[in-house]
Amino acid sequence: MNVAATDAAVHIGLRGVTRIFGTDPRTRVNALGPIDLDLRRGEFFAVVGPSGCGKSTLFDIVAGLSPATDGTATFEGRPLDGRTVPEGVGVVFQEDASFAWLTVADNVAFGIRRAGLGAAEVKRRVDDTLAFMGLRDFAAAYPAQLSGGMRQRVCIARTLVQRPRLILLDEPFGALDQQTRLIMGEELLKLWRETGATVLLITHALDEAAMLADRVGVMSARPGRIIDLVETPWGKDRDSRVVADPRFGEITARLWTRLRDESMSALSQKAG
Amino acid sequence: MKRATAIRLALIAAIVLALELLTRTGVIARFVAPPPSEMVAGLWRLLLSGRVQPAIAQTLGKIAIACASAIVVGSAVGVAVQRSRAVADAMAPFFTAYYAVPVYAFYPLMIAIFGVGEAPQVVIGFMLAVVAVVVNTINALDRIPRVLHKTAAVYGMSPLEAARRIYLPHAGPYLATGVKLAVSYSFIGVIGAEFIMSRVGIGHEIVFAYNNFENEIMYPLILFVLLVAGTVNGLFYAWEKRLLSRRSRS
Repeated sequence: MNVAATDAAVHIGLRGVTRIFGTDPRTRVNALGPIDLDLRRGEFFAVVGPSGCGKSTLFDIVAGLSPATDGTATFEGRPLDGRTVPEGVGVVFQEDASFAWLTVADNVAFGIRRAGLGAAEVKRRVDDTLAFMGLRDFAAAYPAQLSGGMRQRVCIARTLVQRPRLILLDEPFGALDQQTRLIMGEELLKLWRETGATVLLITHALDEAAMLADRVGVMSARPGRIIDLVETPWGKDRDSRVVADPRFGEITARLWTRLRDESMSALSQKAG
Repeated sequence: MKRATAIRLALIAAIVLALELLTRTGVIARFVAPPPSEMVAGLWRLLLSGRVQPAIAQTLGKIAIACASAIVVGSAVGVAVQRSRAVADAMAPFFTAYYAVPVYAFYPLMIAIFGVGEAPQVVIGFMLAVVAVVVNTINALDRIPRVLHKTAAVYGMSPLEAARRIYLPHAGPYLATGVKLAVSYSFIGVIGAEFIMSRVGIGHEIVFAYNNFENEIMYPLILFVLLVAGTVNGLFYAWEKRLLSRRSRS
């Protein structure tokens, strides 16, 4: 399915992107693509797909952590080489990536201190970010003293403090309970509104994608391709209450309808 | 003071007190062991006399060399082995069985290779300590989660910068365990080797005093070894605990 746009405000552009692991024809894995996709500047885009479909591979390519085998991936018009994460891109992983040996404040300051910002500017930005993420009272705490949700907040704050123009989130709430996920989802929407950043969210939770995203890309079983694009009707000021909207059920039903066969296919791939 | 610390101190005090009572009342004969209070006084006199200072300097110097070499070599070997899962798996049984081998059995070989000087004692201290460092380095590196490697990549760090800013601080408490063990094993290795193959050093002085029935020298020196080893180990234990305290929820 070709979903390329001609919008001048394309933030991430993917053209014929594929990823193949290995060179031996007997063992190589065709993990992804081809994918053609544009992410518009400032939009909230979610990707859902069956387990093992290549969502994280797509994430790594967009983050600049891994190269595409074929095709081109661009960020703000510049090609992603798969070796460096470009300036302006912030990444949040599913796993806890907080630094256990640093306080929350030092965790948040890590990247901007390393970038050489002055002490006063670091303090100002860290204070602002901690307040924004509701972490001000925990500035002196160590990550081990926080809950899983709070630690993920620290990781998001550490990304946010660098003022990224593109925020990539790889199942950031995957390890959290449902209530915390909903709350974190609302906070994510708030930071998206206030920063104006483009957000790419990889998730396996259909309701999370339907609630948070402007558009949801549905991926096929491996090799992952975009087989459907679902636009949500929510305004920018949306929050978790959209789950009570009858259209929410329609959207998640459509996502599931598209995903069901793919999930079955993914399961049979695993069994095979 | 924490309850565990209080119990620990009370236990030591009880043992010392019991020994004092048993020696003072003659249950333990004085030619077998003097009271602990006399050992302390004897150590004080021995240190003031300046007689054992060269031996102390010799022994601590050898321990320092053995320990530092074990930390440097052990860390390098640990890093190299950990880079390959296959090599790490292949080496694991050797590391596990290593401490079942009495290193002192190699004493004649050490003399043959390194001569009768101080080197064999340093080598034995090194041999005892190095594998503890290797094993703990591998363990420490194994504990670095994949997401931290990815985080280093996100920041565009070189391998050296990632090691300095992320991997070493993360692995610090586990590496500290290796360092702590290296210090202990170096003490054991060097002083033990001095018992059997040295003409200088604390180990030699203890054996010499033993052979000449000089309890007033032997016991204070044993006390000195206990105090130094206990203090150094306690300092490393406190350091390790401090590093680990940041990783606990309390």
